[in-house]
Amino acid sequence: MSRNQLPSDGHGRLTRRQVLKAGAAGLAGAALAHLGVRGLVQDAAAQLPPGSYNPELTMSFPVERGAALRVLRWSQFVSTDEPTFQQNAAEFTRRTGVPVTVERETWTDVQPKAAAAANVGAGPDIVIGFFDEPHLWADKLVPVTDLAEYLGRKYGGWFPVAPQYGFSQELKQWIAIPIGAPGATINYRESWVKEAGFDPDPARFPKTTDEFLRLCQALRRRGHPTGFALGKAVGDGNVWVHWLLWAFGGKAIGPDNKTITINSPETVNALEYGRQLYETMIPGVAGWLDPHNNRAFLAGEISLTNNGISIYFAARNDFPEIARDMNHANFPIGPVGRPTELHLFSQAYIFKYTRYPNAAKEFLRFMMEDTQYGRWINAMLGYVTHPLRAYNGLAVWRSDPKALPFRDAVARMLPHSYQGTPGPRSARAMAEFVIVDMFAEALTGRRSVRDAIRAAEDRLRRIYA
Amino acid sequence: MAGVEVATATAATRRESPLAHLLENRHVLGAVMVFPAVGLLAVFLAYPFALGAWLSLTDATIGTPGRFVALANFHYLLRDAVFRLVVFNTALYAGVAVVLKLALGFLLALLVNREFAGKRFVRAVMLLPWIVPTSLSALVFYWLYDGTFSVLTWMLKRVGLVEGFINYLGDPTLARASLIAANVWRGIPFFAIGLLAGLQTVSPTLYEAAAIDGAGPWQKFWAITWPLLLPLTAVVTVFSTIMTIGDFQLVWIVTKGGPANATHLLGTLAYQRAIQGGYIGEGAAISGFMLPVLLASVAVAYHYLRRD
Repeated sequence: MSRNQLPSDGHGRLTRRQVLKAGAAGLAGAALAHLGVRGLVQDAAAQLPPGSYNPELTMSFPVERGAALRVLRWSQFVSTDEPTFQQNAAEFTRRTGVPVTVERETWTDVQPKAAAAANVGAGPDIVIGFFDEPHLWADKLVPVTDLAEYLGRKYGGWFPVAPQYGFSQELKQWIAIPIGAPGATINYRESWVKEAGFDPDPARFPKTTDEFLRLCQALRRRGHPTGFALGKAVGDGNVWVHWLLWAFGGKAIGPDNKTITINSPETVNALEYGRQLYETMIPGVAGWLDPHNNRAFLAGEISLTNNGISIYFAARNDFPEIARDMNHANFPIGPVGRPTELHLFSQAYIFKYTRYPNAAKEFLRFMMEDTQYGRWINAMLGYVTHPLRAYNGLAVWRSDPKALPFRDAVARMLPHSYQGTPGPRSARAMAEFVIVDMFAEALTGRRSVRDAIRAAEDRLRRIYA
Repeated sequence: MAGVEVATATAATRRESPLAHLLENRHVLGAVMVFPAVGLLAVFLAYPFALGAWLSLTDATIGTPGRFVALANFHYLLRDAVFRLVVFNTALYAGVAVVLKLALGFLLALLVNREFAGKRFVRAVMLLPWIVPTSLSALVFYWLYDGTFSVLTWMLKRVGLVEGFINYLGDPTLARASLIAANVWRGIPFFAIGLLAGLQTVSPTLYEAAAIDGAGPWQKFWAITWPLLLPLTAVVTVFSTIMTIGDFQLVWIVTKGGPANATHLLGTLAYQRAIQGGYIGEGAAISGFMLPVLLASVAVAYHYLRRD
């Protein structure tokens, strides 16, 4: 741990014993935050060395009289999530007197609900959703630049992907507060990896796509196929195909948000590699939705897949022998030479129709502060990876070595709109599974690599027209 | 006008309130009585329909009202390979499923129309697939068709008919067949019960007369049952067609339109593009493509209902 990382005790409660030298930058930052000066720093990390924690910074929004909040969030993936979230919300109510009602929807149903709210101008005050959502109704949201910059200054800065999701280039404002990402890693069975002649230690797990393919092939030869979702798996499917596409340098769209760049030799390489990887997979992956790989892994039908920590979480409770034999490693790096991961990025945003914008901001501030945020993330065993650098020091990342690889998920990720910016078009490209379908068609051999790319290119061209 | 004069006089003598007086008029009273029904239809059918039709002519997205773009959405969709695939899927799905449901439903109706012990019980049980909420039965099929854990595969393996896994939902053809099978399972009772009711109205004397003339079971069916039940069959088929074309839950739960859009139907594509993708105008246009088929179906149903 670097000296600038967040100190915390073993129970996940963050202490402020080690007050770090805040320095002039921190104090200046505090002053700016209090004055509400905006627009000076787009990337809040710019002001301070990355990772430095500034506990003496404080901020609070004057809560409106008689305020009450409705929060819509995604329903939990792991059983310790919602109770802890509720506990934090109850603590907020105790301190401010603002009652908070938390409503839940399956994570893919949050967007339709929020869309309805955006269209009719009534509904939850705060929505915690995914990916582009805030950019779909950016002008209907309360700007949260002051809060985002404060959090960035206090907690060592946002990881680079956070402003790409939370900051609106058009409005020049933060329109959402990044909450974190249910990160994904390669999940694998240690004994089988060992059997296949590879080191099961996550630190020595294959680091490159070439070596990773050799591992998968060796596993398959020993009767332990791999499994990666190629159906309409919103999470697992999108996560691994985008990783693979980007690992070889392929990308859907240029930085101008206009030029379609999918038809490239890099994409061909990614698909050719995918075809070899597909050979190592269990039959049926083309129809897999999000839950399929969890079940197949827990049943011992597959040796390796991509997933969040939910398989491990379930295994710890119900299949201790699998929990003992499984581990996680970060996605290998492809020819581009740097991590190219995609994770399910979650953000909270406040609708302008709320009568209590300050209470809403204060709620988000409270939930993101170390005591509450740390409690929440620690309770989830790290199911959600933090978007703020200083939270690298959370207790969960030291409590169980098998959770450690999830710590770096947000640091290693790119926005799904890469190389463009999040917005209605990238939302549509993802909702239509353009990249997933391209991989599914090419890998299963339903179309040639070239035809699959051309089909994706056609659809992207129309989406980005 | 005489009527008016009389009415005024009555009101004066009886001192009726103007409201009561107004309700004496049968045209007014009629309008008042009909208003709730018309109001409900207007609010819950006509308004959404008109709004959907309007949206399909705009480029509305979630959060923006959109501009009028005439038929641009429809024009765009006709050139869209995914949309064309979805039209094919929907036609295949509805065509095959409705024919199978009709054939099997008719067969079932003929079977349970006979006298046998436990007739009532069997007729009641027969309705189960229809009564169970679709989302629940869809979840059952989701497990039956699981690539790894399918109990069907397990049984076939046990019997020794197959080795390895069956890729129910991973292969386009198999995925379509699997969904059609699930839809047929669910839809048979609708035909069976409807046609059973029709069969019971056919007078037994017709069959007796046919038997005297030496007609076999097949001839009895073609000469008596089929023509007599044709109007009812047409209506039941039309209703089933409408429901099958508009199917959503089964596909959304089992495949979400995969693999690679092989099982996407108009309803699921409209939802994906309008709600998840945010392009409401285009989604409304996709739904709009169902309209001609539905109108034709309604015309057929109307024709037979009137003849009845």
